[in-house]
Amino acid sequence: MPDKILSPKSDRGPDLVAAPEQRAAEARAAAPAAGAPPITPVAVATDLAAAGGAAASTVTAAPAPEPAPAPAVGDAGVDGENRRRRDDLFAAAGPLLRRPGFVLAALFVAFVIVSGLLPSLFTSYKPSATSPTDKLKGPSLDHLFGTDELGRDLFSRVLHGSTLTIKATGGAVLIAIVAGLAIGVVAGFFGGWVDSVLMRIIDILLAIPMLLMALVIVTALGFGLLPIAIAVGVTITPTFARTTRAEVLRVKEQPYVEAARTGGASWGRVLARHILPNSWGPVSVLAVLDFGTAVLTISSLSFLGFGTPPPAAEWGTLISNGRNFLITSPWLSLLPGLFVGLVVFSLNHIARTLEEMQR
Amino acid sequence: MPRYLAGRVAQALLVLWAAYTVTFIILNVLPSDPITLQLSAGGADVSQLTPAQLHDLKAHYGLDDPIVVQYFHHLWRALHFDFGMSLTQNVSVGSLITDKLPSTIALTAVAIGVVLVLGLGIAFLATYVQWRPARVLLARLPAVGVSLPQFFVGLLLIQVFSFSLTWLPATGTHGWRSLVLPAITLGLPPSAMLAQLLTRSLNDTWREPYITTARAKGLSRWTIQVRHALRNASLPALTLLGVLVGYTVVNAVVVETVFSRNGIGQLAQQAVLGQDVPVVQAIVLIAAALFVVVNLLVDLLYSLLDPRVARAGRAA
Repeated sequence: MPDKILSPKSDRGPDLVAAPEQRAAEARAAAPAAGAPPITPVAVATDLAAAGGAAASTVTAAPAPEPAPAPAVGDAGVDGENRRRRDDLFAAAGPLLRRPGFVLAALFVAFVIVSGLLPSLFTSYKPSATSPTDKLKGPSLDHLFGTDELGRDLFSRVLHGSTLTIKATGGAVLIAIVAGLAIGVVAGFFGGWVDSVLMRIIDILLAIPMLLMALVIVTALGFGLLPIAIAVGVTITPTFARTTRAEVLRVKEQPYVEAARTGGASWGRVLARHILPNSWGPVSVLAVLDFGTAVLTISSLSFLGFGTPPPAAEWGTLISNGRNFLITSPWLSLLPGLFVGLVVFSLNHIARTLEEMQR
Repeated sequence: MPRYLAGRVAQALLVLWAAYTVTFIILNVLPSDPITLQLSAGGADVSQLTPAQLHDLKAHYGLDDPIVVQYFHHLWRALHFDFGMSLTQNVSVGSLITDKLPSTIALTAVAIGVVLVLGLGIAFLATYVQWRPARVLLARLPAVGVSLPQFFVGLLLIQVFSFSLTWLPATGTHGWRSLVLPAITLGLPPSAMLAQLLTRSLNDTWREPYITTARAKGLSRWTIQVRHALRNASLPALTLLGVLVGYTVVNAVVVETVFSRNGIGQLAQQAVLGQDVPVVQAIVLIAAALFVVVNLLVDLLYSLLDPRVARAGRAA
């Protein structure tokens, strides 16, 4: 029975040649009927549908060096399902936690997100509170990133800038995921001329470099947070659409899809319960990677002066303002710049680790 | 080969036309009121105008025709390298661009040189050096280069080399000395991408059977790396290089703004800021043309280096 087990470094090698019954026994709890396997973004479970679609069992993709402890057999039901999901999550998190680089990157990104959503937890200064006696002070314990030309605390301004950048990045990636998934699924699922037309449009969009496309959209829509988010979202959509299409094409040919169809499931159900969940893995890694690209492009656009109008300031705007004081107070532009670099590096590192784990 | 060539040229022209059309649609159809957008960019306060004045202005800019007529009119003129008048500066778009193109071409050419030297160099050393810590460091370095924002790199270089060491000028467009820092800034992220790809493909090549044969013949690591591994590994890198040239041209927008260089990039930044639609449209077309031409050259070079490509294209 042909199937594909995504299980790097797995010692389940012999499973591939074992008889289906044996494999089913070894597989974790057997789900009743042809239910879809639980999917977590990190552990992509590929379901091995037994012939005829009688029972779908799952093998986790957790690249644990040792086989995960076998869960209690026979607790099939809502409770067992939940426990299995939890086990999957822990099995996947284990190897990740053993990578210090990944943990550091994840902690930093978590800090940026929390401090961006609740800046007052991390700084007592207001981003707009001026203090003429404290202007252009270097970094110190009082002012971690120093102060700007009006005596405003730069660390507080960076954290409040995070709020704007997180909103714009979230919006951009959301646009890209929704539009990219829709285009990719339609193209991959229907094939034929629909596929050809959509993919030619995607090719053209890919031929225009990303920043240039974003500039064109910003010219048309005007400046501010929303136009930037839309511009970046549209420019990263084509890669999402392509990856989704490739995944849908791959999953569509899998035996379990055929099995589900033979079992009488409608195309809509097959799409929602089998094709989409199993295509999601590579697309989610791309999403993390594109968070980094989106942050970079958004801060470039606000650096160029197309962001929110003052006094609110995104990271790029802060850096651009600090440029005027580069000789006397270099921290004004360099510290926020380093901050942006660290955020992008962390996001890229997380994406790369997840990608390695999936292989 | 001639048929392959003709096919590739036709495809390049098609992409160019499509890029023009897509940007035309975005710039002229997407805004809720494109006419007001363009008229106010030209300095006219639309709300203060009488209907008759508005009509005259629209006629002056050719904005009163149906959008399809405008499209074919602009496309026809663009084919003759006539991009109309700038809305914010009272000069033709063509002369603005021919003024500023040379400095941007010089900048990107030097930046591509940086990309080749850095990208090749790092990948070469990362796979050639046998001391493990150095190998790991060289293999990890590109990931940092890809993540650093260009405006940050630029400002850091200015701070260190212009203000602290006073070796090179911080801004300006005069002489080769003003070209060094911007070119390094512009070339850094693409060279990191090239190094990543080339390191991977060099590592793969070292596992090929013909490398084992070469080693069995007693060739030194250096000879194998230069004569066998690098030659075979550089084919995928060539394709990436074509893409990177396009991105380098576009990223000149950020770098020329950081270094206050008088080029196409800075013109693009000002045009977007002033919502100067004809200038933006022309710059997109030029960038797309550069991108398409470079990729066409890469494809042709590729088919010369690896004749299987052109033959496969004919069979398909």
